[in-house]
Amino acid sequence: MSIVYKRPEVFTDEYMKYCGGCGHGIINKLIGEIIEEENLVEKTVLIWPIGCSVYADKYFKADSVCALHGRAPAMGTGIKRACPEDLVIVYQGDGDMVSEGMAEIMHAGIRGEKFTVIFVNNSIYGMTGGQMAPTTLMDQVTTTTPYGRAEVNTGNPVNMAEIIGNLPECYYSERVTVNSPANIRKTKAAIKKAFKYQMEGKGLSFVEILSPCPTGWKVKPVQAIKWIDDVVTKQFPLGVFKDRGQEEK
Amino acid sequence: MADKVFMQGNEAFAEAAIRSGCKYFFGYPITPSSEIPEYYAKKAPTEGLTFIQAETEVSAFNMVAGVAATGKRGMTATAGPGFSLGCEAMSYMSAASLPAVIVDCMRPGPADGEILGSQGDYNQLTKGGGHGDYNTIVLAPYSVQEYADFAPLAFDLAEKYRNPVVVASDGTIAKMMENVELPERVEPKGRADWAVDGINGRGHHNDITTCGDGPEQWERFNLALQAKYAEIRENEQRWEEVETADADIIVVAFGTMARVCLDAVKLARKDGMKVGMIRPITIWPFPEKAFANYIGKGKKFFVAELNAGQMVNDVKIAVNDNASVEFYGRLGGMIPSPVEIYNKLCELYK
Repeated sequence: MSIVYKRPEVFTDEYMKYCGGCGHGIINKLIGEIIEEENLVEKTVLIWPIGCSVYADKYFKADSVCALHGRAPAMGTGIKRACPEDLVIVYQGDGDMVSEGMAEIMHAGIRGEKFTVIFVNNSIYGMTGGQMAPTTLMDQVTTTTPYGRAEVNTGNPVNMAEIIGNLPECYYSERVTVNSPANIRKTKAAIKKAFKYQMEGKGLSFVEILSPCPTGWKVKPVQAIKWIDDVVTKQFPLGVFKDRGQEEK
Repeated sequence: MADKVFMQGNEAFAEAAIRSGCKYFFGYPITPSSEIPEYYAKKAPTEGLTFIQAETEVSAFNMVAGVAATGKRGMTATAGPGFSLGCEAMSYMSAASLPAVIVDCMRPGPADGEILGSQGDYNQLTKGGGHGDYNTIVLAPYSVQEYADFAPLAFDLAEKYRNPVVVASDGTIAKMMENVELPERVEPKGRADWAVDGINGRGHHNDITTCGDGPEQWERFNLALQAKYAEIRENEQRWEEVETADADIIVVAFGTMARVCLDAVKLARKDGMKVGMIRPITIWPFPEKAFANYIGKGKKFFVAELNAGQMVNDVKIAVNDNASVEFYGRLGGMIPSPVEIYNKLCELYK
């Protein structure tokens, strides 16, 4: 009998601290699988954000740093410039990137930093207990929008994959989700492509992943999965917004 | 043979940093520090340097943190308003034990303030500035020569203690030109065993994190940092003494103010007044050891600064509140003449 499914060997024995139904664990695992399959573990530097994945350095037997809130793209710039042969993975959540670190991600994109950004968008602040993020949907109830997010006071959700994809120095930008086995496979393909482009020395590769947060959304995991299909993807459509690798073919 | 040149302070520092193997510079333009990024930008193609004009000082400091995390030499240069933005990363780099070098060309605050020489960042630089219990080594040059000498020293100390080191110049030292002997070139060291630069055959993975794992762990972490600071306090206090042995009045001044005071001390000695000077070279750790010999001997201390008296408390602690400590300072970018200081010494000598 052949093994068709297993825990990545790059994982440590540490228990993941993510909530039930959360997408981070799936996304962490996809990263682990890909760097193992592509024989990139030795070259990998993972840059973790402040947010629910703050302890993820403990899950990987690969070089890791945990950056300051929002600053992962700036720290990633220093690391990638110093170690251009490495696979530098900047992992950020939506509060970390789109609120605290908007300047850092935008300018990393403007400069075309040659690393990969894995952007986990769950439309809410998870770790701090369910507050509004710039990616929170209209009318969505959070602890800081108890009557639902309203345009008048907070504006509209921010679509990062489109914004980053519009930057000339961005090489690849795609939005995917992890709410079904088929979508998880597509997410894996997107991350794999992003890593491939990075190892070829291309510009910024950006993968936005819509991720369920049942705890923050205060719904059951199954409802969270459905909510991504029914509501979240209406604001944040899945798809490729930039793929210069395809354009150049 | 070392090169002797007539050079501006900031440019001499930048050249010395390049010769010290610092190949990465990230910075945001701000007066009076901008000649350092400009020098790196100009030399980047021929010296194989990486220069990035960052979008903010917040980013510049975090880019430096990134390079430092890989074990390579990187730095930024700024002035007070930019250093305030960088304090978040100063706290981070201290906790993460990252050997970065930061130049603060001090200018008069608070807020936007002015752009000439000042020493108003003393408290911010020596007492932390960012959040939490941390310290950084702070070197305060008083000449272009010392400014240049501090480039290799700052990197060596940063790597020895795996701690950020600040070189605190000011608008005067940064902008003036003097003769300077530039340091020899240093070859970059090999990989650091603690660095995060990909496993790449190291045999194990490295993590750098500043996130605590419960109060017991985080207290142990903090105590280890404090032990390192105690070691630095013991080993790295640097100062210069001028005619202190028989002095009745000891002037305490650093950086630009020490240059002014040195002339004032000479004027006073010419008049037969027994005046000497202690010049702190490290302002953190503060050179308390310099004061030990003079406690309880009836000597008066006269602290002169280009601020409202930020170093005075450190001097009072150093003399154990066992001597009179007077203060004179100028603010806003005003620099006193040696005669102005001399007149103050005359009043005090009566």
